[in-house]
Amino acid sequence: MNRNLDPSTSFTMGRRRLLLGAGAIGGAALLTACTGNDSNDGSTSANVNAGGSSDNAAAGKEVTIGFSAPAADHGWIAAITTNAKAQADQYEDVTLNAVEGSNDVNQQISQVETLISQKVNVLVILPFDGQALTEVAIKAMDAGIPVINLDRIFASPRGSRAWIGGDNYGMGAAAGLYIVEQMKAKGVTNPIIGEVQGIANLPLTQERTKGFNEALAAAGMKVSNRVSAEFTVESGQQVTANLLQAAPKLDAVWNHDDDQGVGVLAAIDQAGRKEFIMVGGAGSKNAMQLIKDDTSVLKCTVTYPPSMASDAINLARLVGQEKGMGDLVEKEIPASITLASATVTKENVDKYLPLGFAS
Amino acid sequence: MSESVDSAGRPGGEARGQDVQDVQDVQEQEQARVEDQGAAAAEAATSGWRSRLSGVGEIRNIGLVLVLVVLAIIGVATSENFATTDNLRNILVSASVVGVVSVGMTFVIIGGGIDLSVGAIVALASVWATTLATQSYGPWVMILCALAVGAGTGLVNGLLIAYGRLVPFIVTLAMLVSARGLAARMANNRTQLVTQQRIKQIATADVVGVPVLVIVLAVVAVVGWLLLNRTTFGRRTIAIGGNAEAARLAGIDVKRTTATLYLLSGICCGIAAVMIIARTTTGSSTHGNLYELQAIAAVIIGGTLLSGGRGTIVGSILGVLVFQTITNIFVLNNLATEVQNIANGLIIVAAVLLQRRATRDVST
Repeated sequence: MNRNLDPSTSFTMGRRRLLLGAGAIGGAALLTACTGNDSNDGSTSANVNAGGSSDNAAAGKEVTIGFSAPAADHGWIAAITTNAKAQADQYEDVTLNAVEGSNDVNQQISQVETLISQKVNVLVILPFDGQALTEVAIKAMDAGIPVINLDRIFASPRGSRAWIGGDNYGMGAAAGLYIVEQMKAKGVTNPIIGEVQGIANLPLTQERTKGFNEALAAAGMKVSNRVSAEFTVESGQQVTANLLQAAPKLDAVWNHDDDQGVGVLAAIDQAGRKEFIMVGGAGSKNAMQLIKDDTSVLKCTVTYPPSMASDAINLARLVGQEKGMGDLVEKEIPASITLASATVTKENVDKYLPLGFAS
Repeated sequence: MSESVDSAGRPGGEARGQDVQDVQDVQEQEQARVEDQGAAAAEAATSGWRSRLSGVGEIRNIGLVLVLVVLAIIGVATSENFATTDNLRNILVSASVVGVVSVGMTFVIIGGGIDLSVGAIVALASVWATTLATQSYGPWVMILCALAVGAGTGLVNGLLIAYGRLVPFIVTLAMLVSARGLAARMANNRTQLVTQQRIKQIATADVVGVPVLVIVLAVVAVVGWLLLNRTTFGRRTIAIGGNAEAARLAGIDVKRTTATLYLLSGICCGIAAVMIIARTTTGSSTHGNLYELQAIAAVIIGGTLLSGGRGTIVGSILGVLVFQTITNIFVLNNLATEVQNIANGLIIVAAVLLQRRATRDVST
């Protein structure tokens, strides 16, 4: 694109109409050139597992997996969908039938119904709202289609053959433990601790806060200032700017979500505050890079890995082929798998960096 | 609609009709005079015996100033961190982004329209201005890009509404959905980090202690005030919002003015996008979430009639400040968001009631 878009900068001269026209065309050309978003580091976008240690990796019975998840409107969910697709691509015997994500439970229900009527072999469902999707999941099970429930849990165990998901309570507890450890190391006995939640009315947020509170309480510490954002960068910035005013001095902050964390860090930066340590949540690539660089207040993040979508596809394939997990004795896969939340610090960040998702 | 306007103590509907009739007779002779009268008719319709709209506007804003004073007292009483320079700065800076959007919204609503797409346009402009391609051209192109996207989408709204004769509610609703969709597609559902240091500095820079973001809001508000109160365009806007048909008969190019209103709103969104990019150091399709409601709420409690024909820029800015101050007080006191939402709802009703009382006192 040429840089000499003079028309757009010379409105002051005569022949207004002509220039307006030229400016509009120049502007349009400029805008078109500005839509490109290709980056050179797109290589680590998905986490896949090329196959287990046993003969499970060998091609078996053809399996068609139906996949339904909420709309990919933020980094974590986007990574869920990318991972599921990438993992399915690893297998010659798997066909993935992924429906377009939706944040409307009504629409997600009809999408799952469509997948049922298409007679897929196995379903992987990350419901927008576990309660609301329970009935249709039971319907699928009754129709003989095993359901792998990903992360947000159904109201009834009858709705799924197996559940795999993260540990929200454990995530909060891990963040709390890290902060307790750091405070003790620094000799701070009565620390002022801030907490930036995600969407406050979600069960997952309440679980995280519960874990965090209990871990702190065990060491006689507590949260002094709590605010809730909405998992978006903008809301993270907004509430943190206010939080920093409410607490002129802090010792530690836990932010539930690295996606909104970009905004949280922007607010901290803009306020010029650096007297405290910050712990992140979920484990985005960006957050891990900051921990590695060790230049910001972010010293740690507790993971909630979107690579669980890859695991769910693996489980679905095994269910479809009626196999168990390679390393276990059982002939079937377990009914429930809870992923551990890892505490990522500067010391071990290199190990987890490849699992970080782009926020 | 016009009946409720009429009840505010003006001479009466018939008299205005007479005005317009008279005006029509002399139409060929003096275009400028016609427009003045058309505007005067609308002014009469809105502010009764007062000829200077700004004067009445100030009195009308007293209700809102009272609310702010009460909030400030609550703030000082409940938290020692409220009345600090840092915190007041923080409130102003937080208000700046929605404030700019609200100025554009004020014009649209005074002109009898509504713009539901502001939040989505902010999101689209923020994403478009922060793609790797745009960032590679440097900060000025990023700013230009955000403004161009805002102006472009605003113009599309305006043309569809004015010349396509579509209802503003529907057109801007469609824009809300599609602009956010386009933003998400363009960003590939990712948050785009800003690498341009000079753009990030907009959020932290200040001129003799006043943050640049607040200065931007002040400039936009002053330009908006001048445009609304001191230009023919402003008077036409008020006339159209008061009674579009009368304005048309008075020789005002209703279509062109209407289209310009949405263009203005779009440009304000473009400016807001630059500000939010600097604030969050990112561009994202989730930016500007629910700005349309925040801006409309601020404009309405600021004393602008939802049906058009009357309103002030100062009121809208005060409206934004009220909401921002509430948020701030709640966070300072460590209270939950849901309680804050309840309070926001009550404030809207309370402010409008106070507003109405103040207006009645003026007109009687």
